[in-house]
Amino acid sequence: MVKKLITQDTRMFLTGNEVIAYAANAAEAEFMYGYPITPQNEIMHTWCKLLPKTEAGFLQTEDEISAGFSTIGGILAGKRAFTATAGPGNVIMQDAQSMAEMMRIPFVCAVMQRGGPSTATVIYAQQETRLTCFGGNGEGFRIVYSTAGHQDLYDYMIKSFNTAWKYRFPTFMLADGYQGKMREPVTLYDPKSRGITMEPTPAALRAPGVIGVDREATHLRNTFNLEEELMEQLDKYQIDYDKMSKEVEEYLEYKAEDAEVLIIAHGIVARSAMTAVDELRAKGIKAGLFRPITIRPLPVEPMRKAVKRAKQVLFTESANGQLAQMCLEKLYGLTTPYQTLFKMGVGVTGDDIVAKVETMVQEMANV
Amino acid sequence: MITTLDVKPDLAKAQNAAAGASKFCPGCGHGMILKTLAKTIDELELNERAVFGCDIGCSLLSWNYMNLDTVQTHHGRTTPVIYGVTRANPGTVGIAYMGDGGGLAIGAQHLVNAATRSENLLVIVANNTNYGMTGGQMSPTTMPGQKTETTPYGRDCEVTGRPAKAAELVASIADPNKSYVARASVSNLRKLNTVFKKALKNVADGGYSFVEVLSVCPLNWRTNNEGTWERLKTMEECFEVKEFLVKEGLE
Ligand SMILES: Cc1ncc(C[n+]2csc(CCOP(=O)(O)OP(=O)(O)O)c2C)c(N)n1
Ligand code: SF4
Ligand SMILES: [Mg+2]
Repeated sequence: MVKKLITQDTRMFLTGNEVIAYAANAAEAEFMYGYPITPQNEIMHTWCKLLPKTEAGFLQTEDEISAGFSTIGGILAGKRAFTATAGPGNVIMQDAQSMAEMMRIPFVCAVMQRGGPSTATVIYAQQETRLTCFGGNGEGFRIVYSTAGHQDLYDYMIKSFNTAWKYRFPTFMLADGYQGKMREPVTLYDPKSRGITMEPTPAALRAPGVIGVDREATHLRNTFNLEEELMEQLDKYQIDYDKMSKEVEEYLEYKAEDAEVLIIAHGIVARSAMTAVDELRAKGIKAGLFRPITIRPLPVEPMRKAVKRAKQVLFTESANGQLAQMCLEKLYGLTTPYQTLFKMGVGVTGDDIVAKVETMVQEMANV
Repeated sequence: MITTLDVKPDLAKAQNAAAGASKFCPGCGHGMILKTLAKTIDELELNERAVFGCDIGCSLLSWNYMNLDTVQTHHGRTTPVIYGVTRANPGTVGIAYMGDGGGLAIGAQHLVNAATRSENLLVIVANNTNYGMTGGQMSPTTMPGQKTETTPYGRDCEVTGRPAKAAELVASIADPNKSYVARASVSNLRKLNTVFKKALKNVADGGYSFVEVLSVCPLNWRTNNEGTWERLKTMEECFEVKEFLVKEGLE
């Protein structure tokens, strides 16, 4: 059993990466496997610094391939294990992530996005949105929370473990280096004090009982002989995924009820959008925000309702429309016109959004 | 009068009787290695502590061969999955079973780093000098002059380099105070049993073991029994069969 560091509400001024390490401990995570990559390094630094107090485990692996696969090993051994990565690390970890998808392994990973493609920049982007939702040679049977600040990092890191172990789909907390590196005040708490009980983490390998006496040997695999056999399995996964989606989907609306211009943004860009909404409203423009918190699965019904109510929509991202693409597919049939404000690998400020919405109001979109 | 002997198949407790007929080709080395491994696990009574991992390659066909908790992983990734298990659940006797391609090509970084850190597990590389499952291409251990689908005129070491020597490599980097490193061959299963015994004992005591087993792939070699045996003898000339590193006090 690991020792929990936070036993009562504690207000702290921390970097996001530190918050994630504390959250993992609060969630009683027992093991972290990882490989250094900016901007997530301080998650493992903090985790390691706390080890004498937490009595948890850590392994620095030889790369993200092994970080992903050894995390799977730890989880199969019945530990609440996790990893964290970014950018090119996220790319090569897809191998393990797709195995987790196929074998319904409760894989938990914090993704701190950086610029791409390739090595690109090391601190910020929203360009791992598509990769984190749909990477690997599969169908994206994954759950992805996109956070917008330090309290989110704490709340959703804890939640990621429970979601993963309850539904057995790999679960990701998608953030970025801005969130990881900047300092903000945050309230750390014991999940118990919020009525949160951690899901049990039964071992798949070396479960209790003597083989052949109390139980049969466990044989886990990800290979199938027949196409039909695979489809049958995946059809079942889809049913589970759809059922889970209704319970897991989360979103946040900010002044969206009567919004004429609806901004759709996720992660930290949604925070810029909130400032923009206030500024625009002060100028007499009825703006509002729809922020999907689960970007996979997307909260489709509430998003469709919000879009239908609005006169115009603005998609804005620090990427070239990765979220927009995912949303537009789900908004099929609606006729609300939209415009875009995409800055590839660059932060979107409130001012950027205000300026864009002002032009939209003057000149209505026709797409 | 005809009397029949009521002889039951000689299955180890660590073998899964329910798996049915062998999935390997007739004469394949994988079955011999696995059967010997299962027998050794029985002898050391490690059945409840062992976790078996198999790679992609013909080793994947062993996904339900053992009557042990088993996980089949991706090509080259068995080592990190298994050290992930043993790190998280110490006391587990982790066994990572793979081919020469999985061990020495796509999974080489895990081979090297697990050996350097001397992770607590047994890595077994079944070396059949080719990529068996994908139809017999050259592997890192293909011998000079050996014909494969991608070296149809024989391996030219000038062009493709020399065969990789896994046991020598691992012995040069593994921690001598924690490790057991050996090369054995399916030509002598009794000796293989002895090697596995030491390797598993060492892992059960928290150490790192590596065993390369010279194996046979009659299907892709296109050899009959005699030809297979001859090829194995050639392999034993190319790859020295011996113990390379024995932790002090290990018997
Ligand atoms: C990432 C990846 N690349 C390639 C393959 C295809 N593949 C399957 S088995 C194999 C080679 C197996 O050779 P070896 O490891 O020597 O095992 P053997 O079949 O000879 O026992 C390859 C390349 C794969 N499954 N995954
Ligand atoms: S292809 Fe070769 S290694 Fe694979 S099962 Fe057949 S004989 Fe064995
Ligand atoms: Mg091979």
